[in-house]
Amino acid sequence: MSSSAPGQDLDALYQEIILDHYKNPLNAGLREPFEAEVHHVNPSCGDEVTLRVHLEGEGTEAVVADVSYAAEGCSISQASTSVLTELLIGRPVREAAVVHADFLELMHGRGKVEPDEDVLGDGIAFAGVAKFPARVKCALLAWMAWKDATSQAGGGAALEAAAPTHPTAQEDPS
Amino acid sequence: MEGLLPELEMIRQDFPILERTLAGGHPLVYLDSANTSQKPQVVIDAMVDHLEHHNANVARAMHQLGVEASEAFEGGRDKVAAFLNAPSRDEVIFTKNASEALNLVARSLGDARGIDTGAAQWDRLGEGDEIVITEMEHHSNIVPWQMLAERTGATLRWFGLTDDGQLDLSDIDALITERTRIVSLTWVSNMLGTINPVADIARRAHEVGAIVVVDASQAAPQMPVDVVTSGADLLVFTSHKVVGPTGIGVLWGRRAILEQMPPFLGGGEMIATVAMERSTYAAIPHKFEAGTPPIAEAVGLGVAVDYLTSVGLDAIRRHEETITGYALEGLATLPGVRILGPRTAEQRGGAISFEVEGIHPHDIAQVLDSRGIAVRAGHHCAKPAHARFGVQSSARMSSYLYTTPAEIDAFIEGLAHTQRYFGTVPTTTGVGA
Repeated sequence: MSSSAPGQDLDALYQEIILDHYKNPLNAGLREPFEAEVHHVNPSCGDEVTLRVHLEGEGTEAVVADVSYAAEGCSISQASTSVLTELLIGRPVREAAVVHADFLELMHGRGKVEPDEDVLGDGIAFAGVAKFPARVKCALLAWMAWKDATSQAGGGAALEAAAPTHPTAQEDPS
Repeated sequence: MEGLLPELEMIRQDFPILERTLAGGHPLVYLDSANTSQKPQVVIDAMVDHLEHHNANVARAMHQLGVEASEAFEGGRDKVAAFLNAPSRDEVIFTKNASEALNLVARSLGDARGIDTGAAQWDRLGEGDEIVITEMEHHSNIVPWQMLAERTGATLRWFGLTDDGQLDLSDIDALITERTRIVSLTWVSNMLGTINPVADIARRAHEVGAIVVVDASQAAPQMPVDVVTSGADLLVFTSHKVVGPTGIGVLWGRRAILEQMPPFLGGGEMIATVAMERSTYAAIPHKFEAGTPPIAEAVGLGVAVDYLTSVGLDAIRRHEETITGYALEGLATLPGVRILGPRTAEQRGGAISFEVEGIHPHDIAQVLDSRGIAVRAGHHCAKPAHARFGVQSSARMSSYLYTTPAEIDAFIEGLAHTQRYFGTVPTTTGVGA
């Protein structure tokens, strides 16, 4: 089914893992308690996510106790949101920030970054998305929302404690 | 197939890009013409020839090239005036695009101290005045009016839509009243495809002395646009959808209205004389054309509208209707496909927005693209119209004078393939909204 031409390998884009997360998203729905709720949209296509973050602990010791969401969008953005919750819930914010930075690096890598499964888990399935520049924003929607919400929830110090080692961990410039 | 352009194969040869193959060796199937049209060789050649042999600034250069460039630029205006059946070439104003033309109109009407429309004598726009638009407008015919309402205190109102994607005209007399100053609407919807009864609405608007603004961005490419019979006082369209280049749009307006409208941008070319205390302005059209205009683009646009005229706008309309009807039939054979907007080709232009059960529009566009088929996915800059039908986004195929039935076949087969790819072949059959 896949076409052989470079840049158009559909099966690389639509990995089974991605389609599984799309059809059966993890941690979906909006839950209490939460310290911050954000609403992010992709203005070019209209994809939307409302995302809540619940942190436990203070300052650089804060832990991602919960990430809940209501999202509407394509398979890539939906699956990416699901994978985000699977990877980040339960982790200290400092560690989550490293995963976040690695995911961004992978997505901005134009398919040239080798993903580390130990860090990214199911997130490595998105390596193929990086070869489709038009879809990178879909994959990043929830990740940008999470960083924004975590910052607003009081996790800024923990995010900053982890961020400097990853120069690509910045807002999507596009 | 009855109704197709008889010289379709010849026309396709006029558009070099249609010979492209894409990744995987797939020939291009371009079904995104409502987004932007492809360009015939004559337009490309005219622009290259202008830049190679006649390039100079216009209206000010005293040398031979300056004269040639000015003649070529103003020649573009003559061709556009003929294309629109405009009573005077001076009524044709070049802008950057249709959005800028609409912003020019909204800004200038808001700045006007008063306007005599012939039917009514206005004071400056303000509280108690109303601007009427519709729920099916492109964002470019919504946001400038929202900004104008905010600036002046006027109230923005709008026509709603019926379930089959038509304007709901049942309350037209309650909507267009003595308080209505401006009625602005699209002739053909870029999302629903609906062709609106512009002349009927304009008649009602003129009864109350309102100014009628028509967005002809989707109409000008595919049907005859005669500004005299249209009912419009002001009408806009964009070059890049009528096989012309990007970077240039058109505002046409009735001379009596344009002459009362204050300038939009100030600067070179738009003045009669400038002193440090005050300036006086040039006559139309130059009053609205500050700065060096898009010269090569005007040359290209002129050749583009002449090209469409030579093929014939009535014939193009027939072709679009035939292709659209064929696509609607094809879509009806697929289970789980929901069409947004009118379901008969006679009531609509050549853009069909649709949903496929269980597959997001992006994913549809992505799989089609892997087969060389270009469609648009998203909100098509018409979020309110999507919201009206309870959808966040849709996929849209849009044909043009170079579209063949074989391309529609490839598109329908591509959609069936997409459903197989995602394993979502629904049980419901294809019915509309």
